[in-house]
Amino acid sequence: MSQTAEAAAPVTLTPNDYKSNIKPIWCPGCGDYSVLLEITKALAALALRPENVAIVSGIGCSSRFPAYSNCYGFHGVHGRALPVATGLKIARPDLTVLCTGGDGDGFSIGGNHFLHACRRNVDLTYIVMDNQVYGMTKGQASPTTDPDWDHVLMPGGTGTRAFQPLVIALASGANFVARAFSGDPAMTTDIIIEAIRHPGFSFVQILSPCVTFRPDQREWRNFVRQAPVPETNDPSRAARRIMSDDGFNLGILYRGDRPPYRISRKAEFEEVTAIGKEFLV
Amino acid sequence: MKTLSIAVVGSGGAGALTTGNLLLEAAARLGCYGIQTRSVGPQIRGGEAAAMVRLSDEPIDCISDRFDIMLAMDWNNVHRFAPEILLDENSLIIGDPAEGEVPPALTRSNPQRREVAIGALAKQVRKGRANMIALGVIAEVIGLPDAAVIAVLEKQLGKKGEEALLSSLDAITAGRAAAAGIEPRRLPVNGSAGTAKWIITGNHAAGLGAIRGGIKFVAAYPITPATEVLEWISKALSRTGGTLVQAEDELASINMILGASFGGQPSLTATSGPGLSLMVESLGLAVSAEVPIVVIDVMRGGPSTGIPTIAEQSDLNIAVYGLHGDAPHLVLAPNSVTDCVATTQWSVFLAEALQTPAVVLSDQYLGQARCIIDAPQTLPLRGERLLATDAGGERYQRYAVTESGVSPMAIPGLPGCQHTADGLEHNPIGTPSSTAADHQTQLDKRQRKLTQFDFGDRWADIEGDGELAIITWGSVTGAVREALGRLRAEGGGGIRLVSIRLLTPVQPERFAGALAGVKRVLLIEQSHSAQFRHFLAAHYRLPEDIEILNRAGPLLFRAGEVYDRIKSWSGV
Ligand SMILES: Cc1ncc(C[n+]2csc(CCOP(=O)(O)OP(=O)(O)O)c2C)c(N)n1
Ligand code: SF4
Repeated sequence: MSQTAEAAAPVTLTPNDYKSNIKPIWCPGCGDYSVLLEITKALAALALRPENVAIVSGIGCSSRFPAYSNCYGFHGVHGRALPVATGLKIARPDLTVLCTGGDGDGFSIGGNHFLHACRRNVDLTYIVMDNQVYGMTKGQASPTTDPDWDHVLMPGGTGTRAFQPLVIALASGANFVARAFSGDPAMTTDIIIEAIRHPGFSFVQILSPCVTFRPDQREWRNFVRQAPVPETNDPSRAARRIMSDDGFNLGILYRGDRPPYRISRKAEFEEVTAIGKEFLV
Repeated sequence: MKTLSIAVVGSGGAGALTTGNLLLEAAARLGCYGIQTRSVGPQIRGGEAAAMVRLSDEPIDCISDRFDIMLAMDWNNVHRFAPEILLDENSLIIGDPAEGEVPPALTRSNPQRREVAIGALAKQVRKGRANMIALGVIAEVIGLPDAAVIAVLEKQLGKKGEEALLSSLDAITAGRAAAAGIEPRRLPVNGSAGTAKWIITGNHAAGLGAIRGGIKFVAAYPITPATEVLEWISKALSRTGGTLVQAEDELASINMILGASFGGQPSLTATSGPGLSLMVESLGLAVSAEVPIVVIDVMRGGPSTGIPTIAEQSDLNIAVYGLHGDAPHLVLAPNSVTDCVATTQWSVFLAEALQTPAVVLSDQYLGQARCIIDAPQTLPLRGERLLATDAGGERYQRYAVTESGVSPMAIPGLPGCQHTADGLEHNPIGTPSSTAADHQTQLDKRQRKLTQFDFGDRWADIEGDGELAIITWGSVTGAVREALGRLRAEGGGGIRLVSIRLLTPVQPERFAGALAGVKRVLLIEQSHSAQFRHFLAAHYRLPEDIEILNRAGPLLFRAGEVYDRIKSWSGV
C-alpha cells in the first residue's frame, strides 16, 4: 500500500465511503436500495477498507450491485457469480469477498454452483435478494415463486413447488444461514456483519420486494417477524425449524463450525526452472 | 531417417502398455528419438491394449505407416487393432503358439511369422510375467542392450525392490534366449547416447508451458483427453506456489479462473470439446471485461460426446467463432509435442499482455502421445500484465482508451482504483453504458489490442520455398513435415510448408509474405467439413489452385499417405 494512499484514506469509514456515484437503475421503492444501504453500513461497521473488499455478481436487477459500490467489483454473466467469487477468494484469501444477486441468478441458472459453494465452504458471504420473481426480464416465475403465481409466460402459474434455499444451503453444508428483510435495516445490517465475520460460506437470504412485478410483496413488512427461537449450531434442528416456518422468520438460523475450505499454498516454493526435471530420461 | 516401429498387444492385465513404456525409455537412453501411442478397447479398465512405439534417429512427430514388429501375448480382440497396426511382407509377427492361430485380419498382408512360447516361459520363471518375456524377445530382436533395460527397470521398480527386478531380469533373459533364432530388426541408433533426451506427453508439455508462462491458478473439471494436463499441473502448482481447485463443471471452472485472474493471478483451465462448449459464454465475458485467461482445449472427436479417445481438428470453428457478439480473442495451436511447451507458454504471455482470453487447440494425439524429444528450449516469455499503480489523482479508468488498446489494470487491494470489471458494455471507467459511442469505442479498443500487437515470427512455421505450398496446422504438421523430408531426401524439393500456430488474430500481411510466389496450395487437416479450409478462405487471399486433403478422426494422417498425396498433387 502506498504512503499517499494511506494518508488520503479517511480515518473512520462511513457507509458513503462504500457507495459509488453511479445512480442505480432500480425502480423507485425496490427493496434492493435498502440492501445497498445495509451492506455499506455493515462494511463500514467492520471498518473494511473498500479496496480490500470485492463484490461479485451475475445478472439481474439485484446483480447490478457491484457498480453501485465503491469496492472492487466483478459483474459477470448470469448465474456464475459464485464460481467467480470462489476463484477470487482462493487466489486472494486476503480479500473480503461478497457475492450478491437474485433468486433466479442464484437458484435457477446458478443452482448447481449454489450447492457446491455451500459444500466447498470457501470463506465467502453470499447475499441473495430474493423477490420470488425475475425482475430484470420483467416478471417471470423464479425458483422461489409460489406454484400458482399467475404470469404471462405461464398463465395460472408454473405448478412447480417453490425452492427452499435455506434448507438446501443447510443440507449442502453452508456454515452460516440467515434470513433477513430489506425493510428492516438494523437487523439486516447486523446479520450481514455476522455473516461476513463468520468463517466459511455464509448464506443470507434477504427478502427484497420487487415493487414492480410483485406489488403484493409490499405486504411483506406485515408478515416478517424475528424468529421466535434463538440461533442454533445443530443443522438438523435448524432444518426442522426452517422447513416448518412460513418463510417469514428472520434472523440467524444456523451458525456452524465446519472448518472453511483449506487453501493450501506453500510459503516456500520452488523456482519455475526446477519444474520439468522429471521428464529427463 | 532411420526408423523402427514395434507394436506390443495383449488383453487386459497382460501388461502390453508397460512393455511399450519400458521399450521407449530404454531406447531413449541409447539416444533414439521416438513416439509412443496406445490404443485400448472401450472397457474402462482391463480391455485389450496395444502399445505402438516408433523409434528414430531424428526427431519425429508422426506415428508409423507400417510396423516392423508386432508382438502379441494373446490374440483376444487383437483384430481390432488391424487398421492401426499396418503390416506388410517385411513385417514380423511374433505370437505365442499356445494362444492359437494368428487372426486372418493380421495375416492378409503376408507378414513373416515367428512363434515364441511366451506364456509357458513366463510360468518357468519365478514370478515371471509374460510382458517381461515379451520385452526380452523384443530387446534381443532389436539389439537393445541389457544395461539400458536394467536402468529403466530399476527406475520403474524402484520401491518394489530387488526381488521384482530379479524376476523381471530372469524373464527378460528367458525371452532373449527364446528369440535367439529370429533375424534381427535393428534399432535406428548405434548406441552413442548423444545429448540427454526427455520423454514427455503433449498434455504434460502443455502443463509445463503453462507453468513456465507463469500460471498460478487452475480450476479443473476432468474430461478425456485433457485430464492429464490438470493432474500434472496440480502437482507442479503445489511446488511453485500456485493453487488448483476442482470445479463442479466447466461453467464453474472458467468462471473460477476469471475470478482468480481478476484477483491478479495468471489463470488457466484445460478441457475438451464438450467442456469448451459450456465455456463459450464466459470466454465472451473475458473479452468484454478484459480479464486474461488461458483455456487449453485438447480436441477429440465431436460433435457432442463424440469419440473421446481420438484426435480431431474439429473445434476450430467453436474456438474462433463460438463467441457471440464481436469478440476478438486469441486462438493458438501447437504443432508438435515439443511445441506444446512453447505455444502454451506463449499463450499465457499473450493473454496476460493483451488482457484477453487465449484458447490453445491441442488434440488427443499430441496430448497423449509419449515422445522422446530433445529438451525443449527455455523461452523468455513470462506472462506480465500492464498494471495500474495508482490513479495519479484522476478518476481511475479501467477501460481507458489507449493507443495500444491495452489499459493498465488495477488489482483488488490497490487503493483508489476500485472499479467493476464488467461484461456489460461500458464506458472507459467501467460504468455500464449502452450508447453507440461507448460501444464503438470499446469494440475498437478491444480489436486494436490484437491488431496492433506484433506477434513476430512465431505466428507460423514456414519451411522451404518454391511455387507449391502445403498449409496445415496443429498435430497434422508432424506427418506433413515427415513426408516433405522424405521427398527432399529423394531430391524432390521446391515445396513450402506453412504451419499456422496463431489462428486468431489473423495475420494477413504475414500470410501474404509466407505465400509470396506460391502458385498452388495443398491444404491438409483432420476435419470432416474442412473447417480450416473455410477459415483460411474467409480471412486470407489464397491462390486459385487449391486442393484439400481432409478427413475426420480417428484415422490419423501418416507420413506415407501424405507423401503419396503430395507426390500425385505436385508431380515432383
Ligand atoms: C444466459 C442468460 N440467460 C438469460 C438471461 C436473461 N436474464 C437476465 S436477468 C434474468 C433473471 C434475473 O432474475 P433474478 O436473478 O431473480 O434477479 P432480479 O432481476 O429479480 O433481481 C434473466 C433470465 C441472461 N442475461 N443470460
Ligand atoms: S423490476 Fe423489481 S427487482 Fe427490478 S428494480 Fe424494479 S422493483 Fe427492483
